[in-house]
Amino acid sequence: MKKISSTLALVLLFITAIGQQAEMADQMRESGKIYVVVGVIVLIFIVLFAYLIYMDVRLRKIEKEENER
Amino acid sequence: MQRLPLSFKITTIILVFYTLIAGLLIDVPALNILNETIRNLFFHVTSWFAMVFLFFASFVYSIKYLRTANERDDLLARLFVQVGMVFGAAGMLTGMLWANYTWGSYWVPDPKLNGAAIAMLAYLAYGVLRNSFQDNIQRGKVSAVYNIFAFVMMLLFVFILPRMTDSLHPGNGGNPAFSGYDLDNTMRLVFYPASIGWIFLGVWITEMRFRMEGLKQRKK
Repeated sequence: MKKISSTLALVLLFITAIGQQAEMADQMRESGKIYVVVGVIVLIFIVLFAYLIYMDVRLRKIEKEENER
Repeated sequence: MQRLPLSFKITTIILVFYTLIAGLLIDVPALNILNETIRNLFFHVTSWFAMVFLFFASFVYSIKYLRTANERDDLLARLFVQVGMVFGAAGMLTGMLWANYTWGSYWVPDPKLNGAAIAMLAYLAYGVLRNSFQDNIQRGKVSAVYNIFAFVMMLLFVFILPRMTDSLHPGNGGNPAFSGYDLDNTMRLVFYPASIGWIFLGVWITEMRFRMEGLKQRKK
């Protein structure tokens, strides 16, 4: 009995070893947490782009003032 | 260079955010060693593409300057190099981080890495050369000629020489690139918009720098 179970365990181990693919973050995506990372990155870029647009608008204002002079 | 239309800037924002979201969430091929880092293709490679495009724009304006002697063209050539260097630095730093986890070291003796480093040094020299002149016309002419030379050297060091020897980079030394295993069709759906997005962002920043310089000159 002990022999059978140990060989079975070995066979199982072998099968899982063969079935293993390259490790990807599948689990992370299933648990939904990757969206948190995406959210953080998107927020940072929203702030960065908001600043870029702000600078663009300010620049336009200064250009207008210069043209009126 | 005209002022960029609003639609250009909106397109830039859409493309960059599409890259960030889709680049992190789409299904990518599961490969050993690369694992999830294959997604760096959307950020690291596209940074270099942006740099090459901005340097190309600079190259075009340098040729234009030599034909017209218009100082605006010289200014644009300078600004495109400056913004291009920012994207080049981003490409180099991201590449070093990526290399550490896939090739085992921050810097490996790879012809593409050394070539990129030499190309960036050549462009640093462009800045030094510019500052070494007192006379505007002399500065413009000599640095325009040097800039044309630097662009050709950059193409040589980054795109031609690494292909003639062994390189770890895909597409060099017999490694396949953009085909077969390393760029499947779903990745193309993000890779091409990502390239355009980062290039557009570089052009947008250059346009703002150009407007700032215009204001500075009017103040004088």
